[in-house]
Amino acid sequence: MKSLVVLPILIPLLTAAISSLAWRSRAAQRWLGLVGAAALFAVAIMLVLGVRSHGVQAVQIGGWPAPYGITLVADLFAAIMVFLAGLMGLAVAVYSLAGMDRERERFGYYPLLHVLLTGVCGAFLTGDIFNLYVWFEVMLIASFVLLTLGGERAQLEGAIKYVTLNLISSALFLTGVGILYGVAGTLNMADLHVKLRDVAPGMATTVAMLFLVAFGIKAAVFPLFFWLPASYHTPPVAVSAIFAGLLTKVGVYAMIRVFTLLFVQNPEYTHTIILWISGLTMVTGVLGAMAQHEFRRVLSFHIVSQIGYMVMGLALFGLTASPTLAVLSLAGSVFYIVHHIIVKTNLFLVSGIALRLRGTSELKELGGLASAYPGLAVLFLIPALSLAGLPPLSGFFAKLSLVQAGLGLQQYTIVGVALAVSLLTLFSMMKIWTEAFWKPAPNALGGTDAEARETSQASYYLLLVPVAVLAAITALIGLGVGPLFDLSLGAAEQLHDPSDYLRAVLGGAR
Amino acid sequence: METVLAIVVGGLYASGIYLMLRRSLVKLVIGLVLLSHGANLLIFTIGGLTRAGAPIVAEGETHPAAPFADPLPQALILTAIVISFGVTAFAVVLLQRAYQAVGSDDLDKMKTTDT
Repeated sequence: MKSLVVLPILIPLLTAAISSLAWRSRAAQRWLGLVGAAALFAVAIMLVLGVRSHGVQAVQIGGWPAPYGITLVADLFAAIMVFLAGLMGLAVAVYSLAGMDRERERFGYYPLLHVLLTGVCGAFLTGDIFNLYVWFEVMLIASFVLLTLGGERAQLEGAIKYVTLNLISSALFLTGVGILYGVAGTLNMADLHVKLRDVAPGMATTVAMLFLVAFGIKAAVFPLFFWLPASYHTPPVAVSAIFAGLLTKVGVYAMIRVFTLLFVQNPEYTHTIILWISGLTMVTGVLGAMAQHEFRRVLSFHIVSQIGYMVMGLALFGLTASPTLAVLSLAGSVFYIVHHIIVKTNLFLVSGIALRLRGTSELKELGGLASAYPGLAVLFLIPALSLAGLPPLSGFFAKLSLVQAGLGLQQYTIVGVALAVSLLTLFSMMKIWTEAFWKPAPNALGGTDAEARETSQASYYLLLVPVAVLAAITALIGLGVGPLFDLSLGAAEQLHDPSDYLRAVLGGAR
Repeated sequence: METVLAIVVGGLYASGIYLMLRRSLVKLVIGLVLLSHGANLLIFTIGGLTRAGAPIVAEGETHPAAPFADPLPQALILTAIVISFGVTAFAVVLLQRAYQAVGSDDLDKMKTTDT
């Protein structure tokens, strides 16, 4: 059981190392990438099942007891996130087999993808705040290279903003960690939870704001999101998809972790700010998306908008005294993250297929995809409608639980905003649908279309496999919402009442 | 001593951010470097500036001799320095490639991917 907590970090790391050794063999790297991703996914499933039946698991690295050594902790929330990382890793690894060009594969695309997964899984599993910083950097460095791999002008321009903003965020994070160590004298998150009770609330809130800005940049919340729509549409689609699915969510995860476990001294102040941020993020994101006319740019702005919903649950958690409502809000956030990662990655993958088939992502130049590729059209509609929150798809239930929590708390403004934004999301998804899929193909493009874009039947189906699987998962979540929602509730209960977490990390003494 | 270092840290942050707000790519990277130096010095200062021995446990003892320096901030800084070294190396290469691709080091000329 204990080894399951370490394996999600070791497997992608080893995969990356071994496939770096096989640098010259493109075929070996492809296979290793696939096998590694599959192994990570399998381990992640076992981790979720194990944590569900045996409770929170903690591993003290090197055998150093809790507040001194580095601890890896898998509570239900972390396990779910690792599961999602495994699922996305596998989906993107399969997609990349057909979707990635030879040049990028030759220059280490697969090892980098696995280094990225290592960083992501590490960030989810660590129980030490400085260690979290290190995993963030592992993830960032891999993402920098993935973003710039290929060296096209647009990629480099996007990367400058991405790199700069993320490095500023890291510096702020490091500052926060330093001050936290200065005031509390420990870096273990469970120990910090205990020690921060004795720290002056003003000091703790000041540090909390540093963390809010640092994680806010990574999570792309208002007003810190500008790097995202400037960079996410520049790399190859497989890279965009894994970024869209996982990277900002690591920021959200870290935010939820620190604002449920560490900074709960002054929730009227901190969580009210988060509530404002959440509403403004939803609105600005969706308005940005409406102004765009390029497939991936629209989707990028929707990432921003959706982050608002995830953060909304966290904000509501801090503003209620009732445990049931607090758990419901957090469960809404967790459920939303699960739904969002699957759906958003899926939409990016669909945009990649459209790009491959027609050679453009401009909505004006696209068209006629629905009559030419009806299967693809259906596979776009499922995640698109789910994103907007139409029943019976997963997005509906994710929004439902957040709205329920909001109504219970009598926060009618944020509920109104959330509902209005989902209408605008629907509008924006329908824009993509009518422009890219429904309207007849523009005549000017008839010639290039006839050239058939050199997409062989086999690679088209290979691209379609992960898209179909992810769409099926979205639909299945919607049809059988119970088990997943129970899982989210379980995760939310552990976040709301961290006594299990503390016991697993620090032992029974406290 | 803390006061002096606090002022130095503040100065590093301020000049780092000022440089990043300029339009030149080179100044952007220097700004990032200064910012990470500022963060490292801050950890160093906040960890407590005491004149004390090394935290080495003598033979036959279970604790290090009484006034000893906290080794953890130094370990943190060391890690952070290594990371910022790697990241800066990447940033410099990125800067050079971007300069080649765009033909200018003016950040205002790199807006084609903005929305």
